[in-house]
Amino acid sequence: MLYSDKVMDHFLHPRNVGIIEDADGVGEVGNAVCGDIMKIYLKIDDGVVSDVKFHTFGCGSAIASSSMATEMIKGQRVEEALALSNKAVEEALEGLPSQKLHCSVLAEEAVKSAIENYYEKNGLAPTADAVPVEAAQ
Amino acid sequence: MIYADNAATTKTGAVAQVAMNVSMELLWGNPSSLHTPGQKAKEALESARERIARCIGADTREIYFVSGGSEADNQAIISAARLGERRGKKHLISTTIEHHAVLHTLDQLRREGFDVTLVEVPENGIVDPAAIADAIREDTALVTVMMANNEIGTIQPIAEIGALCHEKGVLFHTDAVQAAGHVPIDVGALKVDMLSLSGHKFYGPRGIGALYAKKGIALVNVIHGGAQERGKRAGTENLPAIVGMAAALEEACGHMRENARYVSTLRDRLIEGLSEIPHSILNGDGERRLPGNVNFCFEGIEGESLLLLLDHRGIAASSGSACTSGSLDPSHVLLAIGRPHEIAHGSLRLTLSEENTEEEVDEIIQAVDETVTYLRNMSPIWMELVGGEKSYVIQ
Repeated sequence: MLYSDKVMDHFLHPRNVGIIEDADGVGEVGNAVCGDIMKIYLKIDDGVVSDVKFHTFGCGSAIASSSMATEMIKGQRVEEALALSNKAVEEALEGLPSQKLHCSVLAEEAVKSAIENYYEKNGLAPTADAVPVEAAQ
Repeated sequence: MIYADNAATTKTGAVAQVAMNVSMELLWGNPSSLHTPGQKAKEALESARERIARCIGADTREIYFVSGGSEADNQAIISAARLGERRGKKHLISTTIEHHAVLHTLDQLRREGFDVTLVEVPENGIVDPAAIADAIREDTALVTVMMANNEIGTIQPIAEIGALCHEKGVLFHTDAVQAAGHVPIDVGALKVDMLSLSGHKFYGPRGIGALYAKKGIALVNVIHGGAQERGKRAGTENLPAIVGMAAALEEACGHMRENARYVSTLRDRLIEGLSEIPHSILNGDGERRLPGNVNFCFEGIEGESLLLLLDHRGIAASSGSACTSGSLDPSHVLLAIGRPHEIAHGSLRLTLSEENTEEEVDEIIQAVDETVTYLRNMSPIWMELVGGEKSYVIQ
């Protein structure tokens, strides 16, 4: 089999599929030309990811990576969710084929993008790797 | 399980299996040996050659056994290139929808200094013979155009291309791997100089194929060694596979007309059913296509997830071709006929055989319909299309 049992489980029974209408943060990464798009919606309460949903256009491992990433950050503090790595997603999925590793990268990026959107909307702390405007000049 | 991936491989049929078992039991000698077991094997080898030749209207001495379609394509193209090179002809013509066995061989020759023209193919997936004629130059050594496409099943006007190549004195090769055993082949009428076929696309075994090369064409070895295959392909002949392929091809050619009639009825039923799915499109000409080939794009979804969900429901299909399903790029054939990347990613190939039934086709239609809907409902692209933020590519 191309995929691990864990990947197949999350692909066949994806967790957290859907949309949060009044999301506190939304992130979308990837593009249709490459064949993968992930969109993640976050609900944040008291600095905690209280709810998370996703929509994904992509292959089996893209859907499984989205599902796993949302499951991993649900209930985490925002800072913890921001630290989610593609490696952690890949390990939780019990491995991905080498040509599909980018799916776990996309999942990490989608989570980060949604949290950045949450920070921006709320004028909160700059993101981990964002460069302050003054410094950039 | 419903098997609908016959373009990837057909199962080894009963006729081929019997022939192969007999060969392994009784004809295990080396055809190059002079003793009796060897000569019995030799007789079976030559009988298989004769029967394959008869199926495609060739002379027995024009058939060379090779390891499969890829090797046949390699040897045909390389032979034509070397023959041309000696006469200062270093231009090769093919099309954008060929199998990688052809395209990658041409890439290699391009690196060696050959000039390669890939003729573009219109949206219906049928090569325009006039475009081939326009591409032919004084220094053209070879034209190679597949007889039927492995992904979208379109049947090419080989006789017309053959006639114009013949007229212009240019060698013509056709990769008939998907066509052999499914549509009639007569190398004389088609005016082809070389033709490739592969055992496992018509219920024969894999690992075996044949190259037809018209009398007078000096093939160049790809495999060097012993003097098998009149010195053109070294290696002890794979006799069980050879006799299995011969038996399978004879069987397929003997029942071609009724099989084609039955399978194309199933195909048309499947095309009709899948066309009902909104924002879906058939790839390749609706009529000039292989009896069993159905290939669709569904907007807003990705093919691999569709394929895996169908497999989970017991339907074996393919997204693009099996050879490239490990890669992330969409099908070069779908891109070549003008499908945009995001649409080409959402492709599904279903290739039927005479073993499929109407009930199975109806089950496939229902499963594809439900699975496409399920995947669209979790696709951010689909949401944008439904929400009117983007406009549909497939109406």
